[in-house]
Amino acid sequence: MARVASAVFSRLVIIIPYAWLLFFFLIPFFIVFRISLSQTAVAMPPYTPVFDLFGGLSGIMEKAREFSLDNYVWLTEDVLYFNAYVSSVIIAGISTVLTLMIAYPVAYGMAKAPKSIRPTLLMLVILPFWTSFLIRVYAWIAILKPEGLLNQFLMSINVIDQPLIILNTNWAIYIGIVYSYLPFMVLPIYSSLEKMDHTLTEAALDLGCTPFSAFWQVTFPLSLAGVVAGCLLVFIPAVGEFVIPDLLGGSETLMIGKTLWNEFNANRDWPVSSAVAMILLLILVIPIVFFQNAQAKADGEGR
Amino acid sequence: MKSLGSIRRSFAPWADPASKPFISVKNVTKTFGDFIAVDDLSLDIYTREFFALLGASGCGKSTLLRMLAGFEQPTSGEIILDGQSLAGIPPYRRPVNMMFQSYALFPHMTVETNIAFGLKQDGMPKADIAERVGQMLKLVKLEKFAKRKPHQLSGGQRQRVALARSLAKRPKVLLLDEPLGALDKKLREETQFELMDLQQELGLTFVVVTHDQEEAMTMADRIAVMSHGKVVQVATPAEIYEAPNSRFVADFIGDVNIFDGTVSAVENGYLRIETGNGFPVRMASPDKPSVGAKAAVAIRPEKIRVSRQPPAHAPVNAVEGEIWDIGYLGDMTVFHIRLKDGRVVKASSLNAVRAVEDPFGYDQQVWISFGEDAGVVLKD
Repeated sequence: MARVASAVFSRLVIIIPYAWLLFFFLIPFFIVFRISLSQTAVAMPPYTPVFDLFGGLSGIMEKAREFSLDNYVWLTEDVLYFNAYVSSVIIAGISTVLTLMIAYPVAYGMAKAPKSIRPTLLMLVILPFWTSFLIRVYAWIAILKPEGLLNQFLMSINVIDQPLIILNTNWAIYIGIVYSYLPFMVLPIYSSLEKMDHTLTEAALDLGCTPFSAFWQVTFPLSLAGVVAGCLLVFIPAVGEFVIPDLLGGSETLMIGKTLWNEFNANRDWPVSSAVAMILLLILVIPIVFFQNAQAKADGEGR
Repeated sequence: MKSLGSIRRSFAPWADPASKPFISVKNVTKTFGDFIAVDDLSLDIYTREFFALLGASGCGKSTLLRMLAGFEQPTSGEIILDGQSLAGIPPYRRPVNMMFQSYALFPHMTVETNIAFGLKQDGMPKADIAERVGQMLKLVKLEKFAKRKPHQLSGGQRQRVALARSLAKRPKVLLLDEPLGALDKKLREETQFELMDLQQELGLTFVVVTHDQEEAMTMADRIAVMSHGKVVQVATPAEIYEAPNSRFVADFIGDVNIFDGTVSAVENGYLRIETGNGFPVRMASPDKPSVGAKAAVAIRPEKIRVSRQPPAHAPVNAVEGEIWDIGYLGDMTVFHIRLKDGRVVKASSLNAVRAVEDPFGYDQQVWISFGEDAGVVLKD
């Protein structure tokens, strides 16, 4: 009896994550997908068709015929959407590269620090999460605005005599994204560097590498898994970022998160904003799948 | 391979005052904080020598090796290699290579690229690299595994890749840090002889660090026994075994019986030492201590005879006891014999003749005896 009970239990343990994915990813995904195929309507909910379970199977079939790809066609007709996608990917890409350039030395320094102070350093990286994300982004407005802390400081030490216009430009968005997502880049890189065997570096030095080339030939390639994980963790949310471009970016800043928000709230066009979200998902999923395939292939080589 | 034996037998540059050492460690001290890892240590190692640093963990042998490789700098003193001081020379400019205890193979590279790594750093032409890598793969018999990654190899194969990689640049000196530590016993024994042949074939100087005395005895031309950052004795394996210069060395290398006592007579090259309870020992010794001085006699178990009847020279160098334990090892049998005063003496005898029944049994009264030059008198 105990064996049967434990078999049931182990099934149950497996079911929990699948159930989680089903309820909080797959079902919402299909709801959004279904709305993206609908038409706007001045109604509650603001789209048609709305299924009526009392209409019977034929009623549902009837209504399902009203589904169309019009919203997707619409996205291709207005160049605004295309530009918003491209500019989101570019802004997220630049931010990811900047984050990597700052995060890698930080992670490297942490991994090389004496073991006794590493937990403290790790704590310091995580510490900003204890304050609300929104408040931290607002704080950057106070720092970056023309009469803000940064300009006051630079002018007081006579580096500049005119305030720099940073707020409401793409630079402010880069700063905001880099600042907000830095821990997501530092942590995976740190974990891959920290578990690396330091005798590998010694072996490289012993075989004639200068410390610089030992880093590029041994340390960096071996931390690549952490770098890739960090880049995905920054790039994916950055593409769809809404709060940072809305608060720090300018009116001309075009990002898909903002476009989506406008369609949803200002235009009350749920079907088009759902279509925007579906396309965004595709844009992000395809390169990740492609990348994972390439990595699996690389791992399989030489066997 | 036939000529190698004769080279080995006549190889003794350390005994020749005219020969110049290849590596000279001069009064080197290394401290970490207030811990003294290496303490005012001096050593000479000669070209083509297979030199072993032997000691328990924490005795400073690995630190010394790391100073030779350039990963640590001496706190004081200097190391001379081939007439040139190594002070301030970083590891990547030293003509030495190291084989790491963990092998430190680059996990993202194949066997081939691992071996080629050092050559690539030197800017060797591609064709030459390919040729050298081929030679190295053949040397360690891994031709079929060139395209594999380290994680697809067994422990023994990884050890060979590490060896090939460290030999690929033809270093003047190869440093080996516990090279066989991760291998199982049988493979370790085979590899010991392979390493010796390889060192002879390539004519290189090997410095090996090990805590395994059997490994050091098998492979090395000379052994430096280290303890607490100092060298206790540097000598050939035979000298270390047969003529240890201290109780520490006698005890560290192999099994030994040590009889403590006082000197009762000094006569042309022999000492008579009273070890208590009517068991005087007469032993050859070049020393001339005063009568009444403390002395200890160290005798290896295989130098002790076990017999039923007392020998003619009894009671000198002979004493009666009872067989306490018998350990049958196949090639030999080890006896633990308990003397009347409670001391336990270890004696071993080679099972040269195939015997089904052992001549001695438990609790049997026997005599143990040994010759006048079977052991050494230890000074301390």
